[in-house]
Amino acid sequence: MKKSGSSTTIVKKFSALVVDDDLVIQRIHKMYLNRFGFETQVVGNGKEAVDLYRSGAFFHLVLMDMEMPVMDGPKATRELRGMGVNSMIVGVTSQDGDSEKQAFMGAGLDDCYMKPLTADTITSLLQQLNMKYR
Amino acid sequence: MDGVAQLKKRLADYTTSLYDEGYLDDQFVQLQQLQDESNPEFVVEVVSLFFQDSQRLLSELAKALEQQSVDFRKVDAYVHQLKGSSSSIGAQRVQRACISFRNYCDDQNIEGCLKCLQQLKNEYSLMKNKLETLFKLEQQLLEAGG
Repeated sequence: MKKSGSSTTIVKKFSALVVDDDLVIQRIHKMYLNRFGFETQVVGNGKEAVDLYRSGAFFHLVLMDMEMPVMDGPKATRELRGMGVNSMIVGVTSQDGDSEKQAFMGAGLDDCYMKPLTADTITSLLQQLNMKYR
Repeated sequence: MDGVAQLKKRLADYTTSLYDEGYLDDQFVQLQQLQDESNPEFVVEVVSLFFQDSQRLLSELAKALEQQSVDFRKVDAYVHQLKGSSSSIGAQRVQRACISFRNYCDDQNIEGCLKCLQQLKNEYSLMKNKLETLFKLEQQLLEAGG
């Protein structure tokens, strides 16, 4: 199927999981993702994300917050990768420190962004997904 | 007809002043762009969530700073949360107040923290007032048929 000129052409319906304990961020990221055609689910910490995958769920894209109660982003990412999950996992952090970002990447992220995400970032993620699942 | 035009101008001028005075930054514009007919209340919803969350965090902060032995890590965590959510709706001045606050936490300076908390409360109140006024103006414009 030929892609049209627009970079936000949806080739297929992608699913996304927002993992964040901040209600404001949850609402904003869900809105962005829905606007770009994703089917979005939201959970409040890393353990809920891992449990979802354990129960057989799959998401093309996971937006993983770094700091969360119960199970934080790095730990959840490590667990998911350890389970063989190869979804695109993107870290979302409000931490200014480079070392924290590096450590988070080291847990198995595909990329890491400052929160809140912007329309440009989502567009670029969508492009990457289109290529990955061509 | 005049009424709508006047309301439109008042809203536009007020909005501009909020950006000029640093109350709001580009993130708020992004939020407004996300709103559409299928989610006409999106911005109000998100801002209300922010108000609820902030109120909770401010009261937790006050409690934490009243303790005999202040847990600065806890205080810092609350401020960090507030910084995150204020930046996500574009509440620039609140976000900046959080940044200063965290410096005093790092220094474990109680006096400084208490002063910052007061400043944070002030900035938050101002922000809340400004946003409520903005929404009221928008509502008036809608009702006038604009």
